[in-house]
Amino acid sequence: MVAHAVAESIAYPAAGAALDIENVSHAFDIDGAVLPVLEDVSLIVEPGEFIALLGPSGCGKSTLLRLVAGLERPRSGVLREDNNRITGPHPSRVVVFQDPTLFPWRSVWDNVALGLEAQGILKSHRQRVDAALDLVGLSGFRNAYPHQLSGGMAQRVALARALVNDPKILVLDEPLGKLDSLTRITMQAEIVALWQRKGFTTLLVTHDVEEALFLTNRVVVLSDRPAHIKADIRVERPYPRHRGDPYLADLRKRILGLLGLDATW
Amino acid sequence: MSTYSASEAVALAQTAEEGAALAGQPLSLPISFLSGGTGVFASLAWVGFALSCLWWTDLGDWSRTHELAFAAFFVAGAVLLATLGGSWLGRFGASLQRRAPWLLVLGLFLTLWEVATAKFAWLPLPFFPPPQSIIEVYTDDLPKLLDSVFASVKLQLGGYVIGAAVGFLTGVSIGWSRSVGYWVHPVLRFIGPLPATAWLPIAFFAFPSSWSASTFLIALATGFPVTVLTWSGVASVSNAYYDVARTLGAKPSFLVLKVAIPAALPHVFVGLFMGLGSSFAVLVVAEMIGVKAGLGWYLQWAQGWAAYANMYAALIVMSLLCSGAITLLFKARDHLLVWQKGVVKW
Repeated sequence: MVAHAVAESIAYPAAGAALDIENVSHAFDIDGAVLPVLEDVSLIVEPGEFIALLGPSGCGKSTLLRLVAGLERPRSGVLREDNNRITGPHPSRVVVFQDPTLFPWRSVWDNVALGLEAQGILKSHRQRVDAALDLVGLSGFRNAYPHQLSGGMAQRVALARALVNDPKILVLDEPLGKLDSLTRITMQAEIVALWQRKGFTTLLVTHDVEEALFLTNRVVVLSDRPAHIKADIRVERPYPRHRGDPYLADLRKRILGLLGLDATW
Repeated sequence: MSTYSASEAVALAQTAEEGAALAGQPLSLPISFLSGGTGVFASLAWVGFALSCLWWTDLGDWSRTHELAFAAFFVAGAVLLATLGGSWLGRFGASLQRRAPWLLVLGLFLTLWEVATAKFAWLPLPFFPPPQSIIEVYTDDLPKLLDSVFASVKLQLGGYVIGAAVGFLTGVSIGWSRSVGYWVHPVLRFIGPLPATAWLPIAFFAFPSSWSASTFLIALATGFPVTVLTWSGVASVSNAYYDVARTLGAKPSFLVLKVAIPAALPHVFVGLFMGLGSSFAVLVVAEMIGVKAGLGWYLQWAQGWAAYANMYAALIVMSLLCSGAITLLFKARDHLLVWQKGVVKW
């Protein structure tokens, strides 16, 4: 469903960017009180790496993603994309959120075209929209409206809306969190295939240990709030991976232990 | 595709219904007669209306009684023809069949009206004119009535367009910019809830002409609901939409024009609808009091001359115009908001 000959013919500059997170701390002001969320987080992500941020719910994973996306500025510390300081949002770093947040007043095609339209380059790049829709297997739904789509289809459109911009860093904020388990398994494989073809650097926030191990080549475990890095684990296993792999099962046990959940295993 | 839009589903149901009605007819005569029965009775009711016009002599001096009777015969014939030939008339026949019960009731109502007024005066006469005297107004007083319609539409349209445009721009500005909100919001709270008609005495001497004063008042009546609802629409747009657009490279102008405004449009249309209703009220009052033209003025004039038939005739025209305006608004909404599911049909 993912690979299509048409998409192949469109040239994407297939290279991810390096991401450098340097001593980043962040906090929120809530009713006058300061609530620290990130505490001295440092992380170097190589170009093209697929990295998972894993941590308990509410620990600040999504905040870190918002900093990477440039939607917020950190209280202290620096984030760099290919040695350029991140000061605001840029289409080279695109986020796919947990909710597809498609614009309900736009058709599927117009939703995917959003980024190119916002940058004012849609007219000369219309074929990129078609290619991105092909890539996620939804060419037949180009004229549908979001309310006519199932949850999985909507999330695929959101993925196409991100990919059409040729991101150097793809930021996935629990993109499969609200999907049913069957759709989720299918889309996990699709995301790996897309990443392998395009070569963008990918950051995945998830609280599903199995998903992190199945998809990524590095798992960063975060602590409770305020989040700091608890462990940085390489997943040295070729793709396609198998869910029953004993190596992954061992890693899973270890990570659950880091999260304080080994008693249930 | 997992779900259909409601309008699609309704359309499907309608075609299915029509299809069944059409398919049922040529197959078996009894069923055809039963489904067409209402149509036959409707036709009979109109024949009854025509006969009621001709059978007794009029109590008053009305010149259109015979014409009305012939028109009623014509309607009766047309209904009968369409009922019996429904399957050959396609969509028109099917839609007529759906309306047959209404045509029946209408025929009965007109008969009763005719008998109760023109023939036996069960209802006191100058105040309750018979149908033929209203027809007489439409045939004999047409130029004045048309002038009034034209004047009303012109006044209403000008005021409404100005009010809607100003209200929309104000609403977007308040919803978008905190500093605009700071200055405009208190003014809006102070002036907005005041009924626009309360300004009438001031407006008529503050403006150079009664026409410009009325335009201002209609614009005011339209502008308030449009402003408030546009504002609430813009303010309630989810931040997630802005986040998505910003990460995709959107500039502030894109966020306003392509995110905030389209997301607020459903609210804007509620405001436009409410504004239309309150502007009708202002229009009629303004025409009755200050402007010497329009349907409101025509009503006032007719009352002054005790020309009650003219009043009813003008009321009917006014009702058709107001209903038509709302229909137009809803058509525009359906066209612009096709992406919404489950919209109310007018």
